[in-house]
Amino acid sequence: MLSRVADSLYWMSRYLERAEHTTRLLDVNLNLMLDESPLSAERRWQRVLQALGKPKDIEWTGDPYALTQSLIFDTENKASILSCIISARENSRHVREQISTEQWHRLNSLYLQVTRPEMQQQTQSEALANGMAQPSEFLQSVMEAVHQFQGVTDSTMNHGEGWQFIQVGRYLERASATALLLQAYHVDLWGQPERIVEGNEYLDWMGLLRSATAFEAYCKVYTADLTPDQIFEFLLLDEEFPHSVRFSIDSVQCALEKIQGDSGKSRAETLRRLSGRLHASLNYSSADDILNQDALGYLSSIQEQCRAIHETIYELYVDYSIQTALAG
Amino acid sequence: MLPTQSTQFEHAALKNYLLDHAYDEMFKGPGDLHQHCELLLDHFASLPSEELQRRKQAADLSFLNQGITFTVYGREEGTEKIFPYDLIPRIITAAEWATVEHGLTQRITALNLFLKDIYNEGRILDDGIVPREVVYSCKHYRRQMAGLQVPRNVYIAVCGTDLIRLENGEFVVLEDNLRVPSGVSYMLTNRRVMKRIFPQLFRSYNVRPIEQYTQLLLGTLRSLAPEGRPEPNIVLLSPGVFNSAYYEHAYLARQMGIELVEGRDLVTHDNVVYMRTTIGLRRVDVIYRRVDDDFIDPLAFRKDSILGVAGLFNAYRAGNVTLANAFGTGVADDKALYAYVPEIIKYYLSEEPVLKNVETYLMTRPKERQHVLANLDKLVVKAVGESGGYGMLIGPQSTKAQQEEFAQKIQADPRNYIAQPTISFSRAPCLIGDELQPRHVDLRPYVLYGDKVTIVPGGLTRVALNQGSLVVNSSQGGGSKDTWVLSQ
Repeated sequence: MLSRVADSLYWMSRYLERAEHTTRLLDVNLNLMLDESPLSAERRWQRVLQALGKPKDIEWTGDPYALTQSLIFDTENKASILSCIISARENSRHVREQISTEQWHRLNSLYLQVTRPEMQQQTQSEALANGMAQPSEFLQSVMEAVHQFQGVTDSTMNHGEGWQFIQVGRYLERASATALLLQAYHVDLWGQPERIVEGNEYLDWMGLLRSATAFEAYCKVYTADLTPDQIFEFLLLDEEFPHSVRFSIDSVQCALEKIQGDSGKSRAETLRRLSGRLHASLNYSSADDILNQDALGYLSSIQEQCRAIHETIYELYVDYSIQTALAG
Repeated sequence: MLPTQSTQFEHAALKNYLLDHAYDEMFKGPGDLHQHCELLLDHFASLPSEELQRRKQAADLSFLNQGITFTVYGREEGTEKIFPYDLIPRIITAAEWATVEHGLTQRITALNLFLKDIYNEGRILDDGIVPREVVYSCKHYRRQMAGLQVPRNVYIAVCGTDLIRLENGEFVVLEDNLRVPSGVSYMLTNRRVMKRIFPQLFRSYNVRPIEQYTQLLLGTLRSLAPEGRPEPNIVLLSPGVFNSAYYEHAYLARQMGIELVEGRDLVTHDNVVYMRTTIGLRRVDVIYRRVDDDFIDPLAFRKDSILGVAGLFNAYRAGNVTLANAFGTGVADDKALYAYVPEIIKYYLSEEPVLKNVETYLMTRPKERQHVLANLDKLVVKAVGESGGYGMLIGPQSTKAQQEEFAQKIQADPRNYIAQPTISFSRAPCLIGDELQPRHVDLRPYVLYGDKVTIVPGGLTRVALNQGSLVVNSSQGGGSKDTWVLSQ
């Protein structure tokens, strides 16, 4: 497979995962906001921004709808939902002969839907504030479209090398985003262990779970008994839940092994070591240990390692030097 | 006899079908059908208007969903457009096609010999058949090609020649496209859509198939592989998604099962071309390039090109990679050189040209120039280096100011312009609204030249959808229709 093609598939998938994550965070928080005192708004929206990696030039100005507007439509901001969808579609356009017709159709119509000018007007912050428009319908439809895209990807595309790069992109993005999400909630949930539980904490905990589509899955494992430690354990270490960090890294590891198997070469040693180490750390850690030591440090180390894996994939498959390649 | 004034037909769908002096692809004269069109007209006349509209919509939708689009330059938004498609097929009889096939084979053979000659011995120049200045002043002439051995002496592997029919029904050559001719994917998809939308009609005619084109193209490319590369790695080189023909590049690559690459995917080392893959570098043997000479190698040609591959020309010169088409083929489709093609055919093949040229005035000849300047309102003037319907003056449809402008341009740079009479080329019935109306059409068959010459029966019929228009280019509001060549 051409390096450029692998690169485009990887980024197409990463951008869509990012769009979905941002969409869900907005949807969940706009919804929870309705149950909450205006006093806690500041803390909530700062936390959303933190969970999104503090996007450049976007600030909390006290108006949740203005913030929503710019997180969705501000194309100056490369992390906005619109920017992510445009980038994903652009990447897929470069590899149209490599993806299935169904994939192209789904992604192309999502792109056409969100870039319609009237879509922006409908979700202007004034229209939102005076109840004339409903952001949640829009956000729901974006999430559905992304899910459909993943569905047709899995059922219409060869599960060969290209599909594996899509997997790597999706799960590396997801692992990193979930780790960042836990970090953003850290101060409020695990920062002060002696804190007395009030009514609003329950909303926070539920919000965190729902931000990772994890509420129902969590209840199946731990019942509706929400406790911060169990939530931490579930989102970080659950073996079977597709949005947990551990599950995501398992998937990355698995896809990378397939790719290395396909390419049948040994120069992947560094990558194997990096992903193997992260994989092992998540498989053999306990939530208690992590929480009793430096949880924040652990979470940022996960993101650090995801970054290193990303860079190594690049060096290995995409942006390698000609000299190395000729020598090999 | 063709009537010179408008005539009406009985059928409701034909009430605005007006004949004029142009050849009509369906009617010999008022109420007088070409025999091979009878079934076609019966079939369309039997369909209620709503049914026709339904099928038209189904066809349009099919193009839309498949994303069969071309890119219009110079606009920020909405740059991807659907190429308009007309439902009524154009029919060419077996006998007509035999002539076309013979003529095209003759023409591409002679043009290949010409290219070999001018880049090597230059006999035709020594003998004064073609003036040296015409060749050397052509902006597509590549001195880097002089004395170079090209695999199998094939310079033009893929050619798209534009034909039109004169008032007497004779096919003549309007121009040759020898660099990176496009449109073949539309020919193939038009056929696929047609077979889906009108299966019964299609079955009732003996239409010769064209679907083998991509396989023939692949075979042609394979036959041009460098010596000692029995299983060549063939790729299609595209300028990328911003190119107007990107859809076609992706389509052909997928249909042939070869890799679609861009300049940045290729590297050269020690005069060998490689592509970057996830498992390292892989050698490339044959490049079907859809990038113009100018942009293909920043070391050899335009320094500012970012589409090309540095060092590609050296690898080509070393014989390690084949390019189809070869560098420098553009000299043979220069519009000024076109005037000499009949002489070129006689010179190399000692045969009379089967397909004639359109009469062409060269602005470098003072007498012809005077004549053209005096008759700008009657002639078509074309810039020799332009294509796609740009840089043209259509005399009868132009304003005084436009004629002035072209007169000045011609006097300033005579080498850059040619003129031809305004030909009212043939018209074929098209579905406009819910009735049939005649529109001007041309025909671009695709000629392949490898081990031998192969031409799939048919080609792309382009339609000037605007009433009275003589410009069929997609960038100028043209459309296309399926072209049927009958087997008997």
